[in-house]
Amino acid sequence: MRKSGLPADTLKQLYAMMLTIRRFEERIASLYPEQEMKCPVHLCTGQEAISAGVCIHLKKEDYIFSTHRSHGHCIAKGIDLKSLAAELYGKFAGCSRGRGGSMHLADPDHGIPGTSAIVGGCIPLAVGAGLSSAMKGDGRVSAAFFGDGAVDEGAFHESLNFASLKKLPVIFVCENNYYATNSPQCARQPDVSIAERARGYGIPGKRVDGNDVLPVYAAAKDAVRRARSGGGPTLLEFETYRWKAHVGPDSDIESGCRPADVHERWLKKCPLEVFERYLFDRSIVTKDEMDLISARIEREIEEAFEFGKKSTYPDASELTEYVY
Amino acid sequence: MPWTNIQADDSRSPVRFGSGEQPARELSYREAIREALSQALEMDERVFLIGEGIDDPGGVFGTTVGLVEKFGEKRVMDCPVAENGMTGVAIGAAITGMRPVFIHMRADFLPMCMDQIINHAAKWSYMTGGKVKVPLTVRAVIGRGWGSAAQHSQSLQALFAHIPGLKVVMPASPYDAKGLLLGSIAGDGPTVVIEHRWLYDQKEGVPEGPYVIHAGKGTVRCVGTDVTIAATSYMVYEALRAASELKREGISAEVIDLRSVQPMDEGLIIESVKKTGRLIAADTGWKVCGGSAEVAALVAEKAYGCLKAPVKRVCLPAAPTPASAVLERAYYPGFEDIVRAAKEITLMLHKDEGRHAEKRHTIGGI
Ligand SMILES: Cc1ncc(C[n+]2csc(CCOP(=O)(O)OP(=O)(O)O)c2C)c(N)n1
Ligand SMILES: [Mg+2]
Repeated sequence: MRKSGLPADTLKQLYAMMLTIRRFEERIASLYPEQEMKCPVHLCTGQEAISAGVCIHLKKEDYIFSTHRSHGHCIAKGIDLKSLAAELYGKFAGCSRGRGGSMHLADPDHGIPGTSAIVGGCIPLAVGAGLSSAMKGDGRVSAAFFGDGAVDEGAFHESLNFASLKKLPVIFVCENNYYATNSPQCARQPDVSIAERARGYGIPGKRVDGNDVLPVYAAAKDAVRRARSGGGPTLLEFETYRWKAHVGPDSDIESGCRPADVHERWLKKCPLEVFERYLFDRSIVTKDEMDLISARIEREIEEAFEFGKKSTYPDASELTEYVY
Repeated sequence: MPWTNIQADDSRSPVRFGSGEQPARELSYREAIREALSQALEMDERVFLIGEGIDDPGGVFGTTVGLVEKFGEKRVMDCPVAENGMTGVAIGAAITGMRPVFIHMRADFLPMCMDQIINHAAKWSYMTGGKVKVPLTVRAVIGRGWGSAAQHSQSLQALFAHIPGLKVVMPASPYDAKGLLLGSIAGDGPTVVIEHRWLYDQKEGVPEGPYVIHAGKGTVRCVGTDVTIAATSYMVYEALRAASELKREGISAEVIDLRSVQPMDEGLIIESVKKTGRLIAADTGWKVCGGSAEVAALVAEKAYGCLKAPVKRVCLPAAPTPASAVLERAYYPGFEDIVRAAKEITLMLHKDEGRHAEKRHTIGGI
């Protein structure tokens, strides 16, 4: 890793964000066997650098739209951890009042209008938010997070086409973990990089190492600046890898879903370890500081899950509230 | 909020068309829609129209003519032929503070948007615990005739009415078209407004100022005592014609214009059936799991004891729409079918009335 030229505070912020996401999901994984979190969980462990490196450029009022695998994006965008944990437990204090579960997180006060578990479903919504901002002139930027699987969908094409046509303030963030459930990208798409598709829409496209937070940061910075200044959308493809199974807290390697040797290689590219080493090697953080950050995060997460567990369930008599 | 000052007309039975108490100014159905859109655009800068070719000279059967000149192409926006994606774009705009009206020339294009309408628009409020609303209006037109055939004539209200979170309205008159459309744009949830191509020239007195009709209120178009005809959209006219035929034969039909398929005005239908004891559901769509099935089920559930005869349904035969004029004529049910159905159940009823009364008496005597 080269010198980033970023202030130490920014680097620490990125680190703390990645660590929060990692620890939060590790806590999900450790508590999941209790079967109290009664909803499917799609963990983004291994992909944290993208959430952190992109969302750090977004203001509170900017929008993100996301997928079934959205914990990382929402945490990086500032969702209240307690309301997130409560949602996983199906509680009324959950960010979606127990109606959404892990796949449907929303926190409009932090620019999270919602997430969709329909592959590709949120991409046009992000474009619509961009249209809204362009019409109102409110200067907001809208980020669509999606996986490589969503690139298979028509909504991807429709969205990029329109966003480019109207030069909307949108950034398209594809987290290419090379799998859609258990189907590898090569079984679903011709051998053309996702970033290259941008050319067909007349917008910039960039392929970036998604496990190294600094290039993620740099690419997202350009894309957000371009969007905010009226330059239109950008497509970013971040190469990454998910550590856990498609859904649930376990590994899928033993069952043969993905090859073990590739898995091993990616584990060595852990985004947190890579960045930790960078920070230590350059004496940007000391071991003590790191421990402090880590202890604070652990505490916040502990409190969040405690809150989630303890808080009350929605009243069954309110089953049909919020339909309209 | 410009919408809060607008008068709501949810009166159930003004018997507006054909009655003497109409406002002096008459508008056609298309003009009423255009006026509603124009007033919405004027009153609320969050409102914008989007759809394929809505700014072209034809202006969606005349309903958007002149609006792009008046409000500019940013608010009356042509868009790519990408129904699903563009519905998502409209939803994204709606959940971030706008009030889009997405306009489709044909209801047949709505299946392209099923994902965004059903999985996103309809679910968003619920999935976010009511924190994020989708004030989206989708207008779509049912085509008919001149060989429109299978893909340019479908009446798909039931597909949407089935989905919790969506409202589905089907204005039959100019007055309702304006009020229901404004009501939908003013509302906080997604509404599908289904128009019928054969209604665009209908005329009626329409107030000049804006007013809203909320989804869920039907209206009685013709008061009667022997049989209730609950009709949607264009079938309201067939039902009215049937009612006047029946009158000549001494059968008094009550015609209910549902106006809204979801929510449905249950009270109005039940009240009427309690009075008449007979029901015909006349719908522009197909029978199976259709709007007419819902009306019949409602009455079976909530007014069973009042029925003096089997429920009849006048709907499309279970086939796609044919092109040939001869087949088209055979395909669409009309007032004759309603008359026939009414006679069947009223005559049968005259025969059966005694038995029924006796039965009731027996039960009561236990
Ligand atoms: C429209 C649709 N089709 C299929 C699915 C089932 N499904 C859930 S996640 C997924 C894979 C998505 O892959 P990708 O977009 O790469 O995201 P990742 O899970 O890798 O983060 C599929 C096919 C779905 N949710 N929605
Ligand atoms: Mg993937």
